[in-house]
Amino acid sequence: MGKQESVVPAGLPILDPVAESPGVLRAMLALLRRDLRLSIRQKQDLLNPLLFFAMVVALFPLGVSPEASFLREAGTGILWVGALLATLLSLDHLFRFDFEDGTLEQMALQPQPLFLLVLAKTLAHWLVTGLPLVLLTPVLGLMLYLDGNSVAVLCLTLLIGTPVLSLIGSVGAALTVGLRAGGVLLSLLIIPLYIPVLIFGTGTVMAAGDGADVSGHLALMAAMLVLALVLAPFAAAAALKISLSAS
Amino acid sequence: MAFDSLNALIVMEGHGPYVWTCYGVFFLLLGVLVWWSLRERRQLVREQKQLQQQKTEASPLQAGSTAGSFQRINTSRQ
Amino acid sequence: MWQFFHKLGSPKWFYGIAGRFMPWLLGIGLLLALSGIVWGLGFAPKDYLQGNSYRIIFIHVPTAFLAQSVYLMMAVAGVVTLVWKMKLADVFVKAVAPVGAALTFLALFTGAVWGQPTWGTWWIWDARLTSMLILLFLYLGVMALGSAIADEKSAARAVAVLVLVGVVNIPIIKYSVNWWNTLHQPATFKLTEKPTMPPEMWVPLLLVVVGLYLWFGWIALYRMQTEVLRRERRSRWVQDLMHPGGRSDVSSGGARADGV
Repeated sequence: MGKQESVVPAGLPILDPVAESPGVLRAMLALLRRDLRLSIRQKQDLLNPLLFFAMVVALFPLGVSPEASFLREAGTGILWVGALLATLLSLDHLFRFDFEDGTLEQMALQPQPLFLLVLAKTLAHWLVTGLPLVLLTPVLGLMLYLDGNSVAVLCLTLLIGTPVLSLIGSVGAALTVGLRAGGVLLSLLIIPLYIPVLIFGTGTVMAAGDGADVSGHLALMAAMLVLALVLAPFAAAAALKISLSAS
Repeated sequence: MAFDSLNALIVMEGHGPYVWTCYGVFFLLLGVLVWWSLRERRQLVREQKQLQQQKTEASPLQAGSTAGSFQRINTSRQ
Repeated sequence: MWQFFHKLGSPKWFYGIAGRFMPWLLGIGLLLALSGIVWGLGFAPKDYLQGNSYRIIFIHVPTAFLAQSVYLMMAVAGVVTLVWKMKLADVFVKAVAPVGAALTFLALFTGAVWGQPTWGTWWIWDARLTSMLILLFLYLGVMALGSAIADEKSAARAVAVLVLVGVVNIPIIKYSVNWWNTLHQPATFKLTEKPTMPPEMWVPLLLVVVGLYLWFGWIALYRMQTEVLRRERRSRWVQDLMHPGGRSDVSSGGARADGV
């Protein structure tokens, strides 16, 4: 800043403040790093979705049947639903803290387009919730007697699917961020939109279990990811602006 | 007429209960929807009229003088 | 065209013009729908495969049809809300969402009751029933979000975003549900693959569809009028309309703003 001021004659305002702000990529990276650091410091928040995931999965053998035949058949569905619910649970925090302490408002005022910043935040969210869920899946898969091939395909579908969940969820989180009873409402809004992801995710694993070639299924899931990647940040940014203007 | 008698129309060869339940629920639900919409409007109109009545009564120009007596002040947020 | 657009922005103008259309919509709609229903129930020949239970089709198909197009209309109104910030568009969304939810529920209910004599079970995870169920969830979500946000303006815009996200998802949901359905169970019962319907069946069906559309137009306008009155209650024209000595047919919706 100081360098430029020496060039501008005294008394004249600097008319080009944008030149001073960091580039879009740098801003996104900084935001990503900040969000990651924040969630690593809040270790409990990082662990909670994982614990929830494991507990939900443990409920099924207890509640329905510990038979290997049942678990082998229902295992992919259980794991997918568990991962979906765990993601849903963590979504409420995506924007809430930043909203409450005013950071979000500052973000909206930045010269960088808001949807790219939202994308960075969503990516951070996926890195701290979605990715650990994927890493935990093989262990839980073994507990549900899934065979190795199914577990591998399951992890692959979750790897493609959980970012979609985070991206779609960011829209819901942005819509409900200013509301007091946001958490339940968020689930109501988002679950219907999660259904296609769930269907394709479990369908792919089942097809793999039948010995079919699943590259087509995976391509479909990847297409969903691309679509969500392109559209969801825009919708989430628009929703955030609405929520900010309401508060 | 596809049926010989009124009774045949009601029974519909055993399918009557299903068909008539559907039509019953159809008319009931749409009726409730209409009733609810009408009630909403009536309530709004009633409240608004009351409000305006109070306003005209309260305004000293139209309703003589009420000085010295207590007036009800409407504190509805809207 | 632009003048029309500007006029549509005026709540008073809308209130008057809606009042002029509504009696026609209601009268013709009821006439068509009721005559179609009477025809379908009592006079149409019975289906040689399903017997008389098929008579549910005369309300099942119209409600399902309308439920889906109401969501599309809401999406269009959502775009108008977000892009042109036209007040009437979000009035429309707010007024119409419960109607859409009710129609979706009716389509589901009649489908389930029809399933019992036809398939021998109340509920079947048939692709169409499932996507209608998801549509019902979407409607309920829209209503829940709309009522959760206190500020009217941002509620309208938030709902518009949600409706749009939903409408992008509807084709994906439909496709995925179809795909899942064929994956889980071999195509079993298809309602549509009947031999081509004779006119004695599809004419009453068409009558009910058109009649229900008109009825929907009536109730949409009526509920929009109520909402407009509520929002504009501080304005001069509403106060004149509601004047204690004034014309009192406001509740019927027939009152004309220009008649005062």
